[in-house]
Parts: sequence; C-alpha cells; structure tokens
Amino acid sequence: MTWRTATVVGLHDETRTARTLTLAVRDWPGHVAGQHVDVRLTAPDGYSAVRSYSIASPPSADGRIEITVEQLPNGEVSPYLTEEVVAGDELELRGPIGGWFVWRSDQREPIQLLAGGSGIVPLMGMIRSRLLANNAAPFRLLYSVREPEAIFYREELEALSAKHVTVNYAYTRAVPNDWPRPPGRVDRDLIASVTWPANLNATCYLCGPTGFVETVADLLSMAGNRREKIRTERFGPTGERK
Amino acid sequence: MSSEAYPHLDGNAAAGELNRIFAFDITATEGQCSNCGARRRFAEAHVYMKCPGIVARCAGCGHVLLRLVNAGGRLLLDLRGMTYLVLDTSQFQDSGG
Repeated sequence: MTWRTATVVGLHDETRTARTLTLAVRDWPGHVAGQHVDVRLTAPDGYSAVRSYSIASPPSADGRIEITVEQLPNGEVSPYLTEEVVAGDELELRGPIGGWFVWRSDQREPIQLLAGGSGIVPLMGMIRSRLLANNAAPFRLLYSVREPEAIFYREELEALSAKHVTVNYAYTRAVPNDWPRPPGRVDRDLIASVTWPANLNATCYLCGPTGFVETVADLLSMAGNRREKIRTERFGPTGERK
Repeated sequence: MSSEAYPHLDGNAAAGELNRIFAFDITATEGQCSNCGARRRFAEAHVYMKCPGIVARCAGCGHVLLRLVNAGGRLLLDLRGMTYLVLDTSQFQDSGG
C-alpha cells in the first residue's frame, strides 16, 4: 500500500479541541464505512511520525474524505492537524485500511454503535453511510462523553436522532441541566436500558480508548451478546489514534 | 504482560504496517493461536505498538502471534504464533486494500 498525497480542502471545528479536516486524496480508491487511514508527517530533518485516523465521511466518488482529529496534550501529530494546518497544505496518507471494523451498506440486521469520546468518528461514518444508501437497518448509538461540550457532530446527530438512529448519551464528568442521571460511566443498567436486547442478534461496533472498549465489551457480553457479534476498535491514551 | 503499563491496541492499529506485506486485509483474516488453539479475527488480537516494532498477542491467552520489526531497511516478520490464516475471499472486492 503506497503513500498518497492529500490536500487539505476544508477545516471545521467540532469542539474546543477537535477539528474535522476535509482531504482531497490523489487517486483515492474509495472506502467502506469504519475504515481508517494512516497519516505521515515528516520534519525537515527527516524524522517522521505516523498516526491512524478513522474516516468520518461516507463512501463517495469525489476522492474526498473527512477525518476528525482530537488534539492530545504533548502529541506529535494532533496539535499540527488541529491548530497549524491550513487549506492548501499537503499531507501524506495511506489507506483505506481495515476490512473487519466496517459496516457495509448491504447489511440489514440491527446495529448497535457504542462510542467512547473520539471513538464516535468511524461510527459516524457508518451512520452517514446508512443514510446515503437509504438503508433501513435499525441503528442505535450509545455515545459516552466527558461533558456536553465534548460531543462531536452534535447538530447532525440531533437532526438524525429518532428518525435514522436512536441516540443516547452517557456523560462521565458533567451532565446537561435537568439530566436524569448523575455523571457516570457506562454500566450494566445503561446497557440494559438503551442497547438492543441480545435476542435481536444485533451487530455491535464498539470504538474508544482501550479501557472503555474492554469494559463495554464485557458488559455487552454479560448482557447476552455473542462475542462474534461484537466488533471492536481500540485506541490508546497516548497513541494518538483517531 | 501488564495491560496497565503498556495499554494494548488491537489488530486494526497494525493493519497499515502489515498491509505493506500482505496483499489482503489482515484484520478480517481468521488465524489460529498456536498455543491455545483459539480461532479469531486478527482485528481482535491485542497489539502493542510501543515496542521496538509491533507485537500482536492472542486476546484469549496472551501468546505472541506475530512480531514485526523494521530494522534499518530490513523488515523482520515472525509469524510463529499462528498455526494458519483463513482468508475470506469475498473481502477482496471492497476491503480497499
């Protein structure tokens, strides 16, 4: 798989620390929702760093993709992508990568999406892909975030909510006014009340930091979901994934 | 092996590097652990990226499945931990690899 040149053609702030980059990629072969790309930055002295970022946009034929990057303190790559990069800049990119953590538009079974923080990015690609394909598969999303201000794609999710995907939030640090639950992590009760019952045999896509993925995969399993139906993608606290 | 000290990622994280070697998408490929016999998709393997190279371990028993080291222009691949790989040929059309 070769490195391709990608030109930054659009920038959009999602939150105070996260930004979506629209990239025009030379000879882009197309992708499937859920896949990621590797981005390589090379310093003038030859030092290079590679990081993986999930694709947030649905498949399209125009050679453009969107990635959403969360800035990590002391990161080598993410501060550049969230603060310094401007339209017209070029990046090196390889992909699309991955054929397992993907949702294909001919899938018809119920889908349970579970995101921790910036783990929402590939799942948003799946939601957008479903909409684009006019697929009627029942989608549910459980999105765990620190606080309301940390939600990515907020207005879009609100607009899609109910009609195209049932969205539930879990706030771990601060909740909105009049929120019925105190801040807390995803637990057994929440899984039982807002995710598909196990007897529907939904395919679950679970993406987030390693600790979140481990915990929630166990909860899904304890709720009766078969391990083969739980697909996971992890990123580390310092790994600058996503 | 302490997942606290070295948080693992998973097979998805290693796919970009491994795609340099394999003509197919490795994440959807099923492999068998030579230690415990578990058969799982490579995407499920626990992957450690912060080593001198990449180490993938069985999600069930922790046995080393694969090591990949880039050493000065030479790429060393050790696959001793996997008995076999099963490729789903339907993935070839649109896996994007």
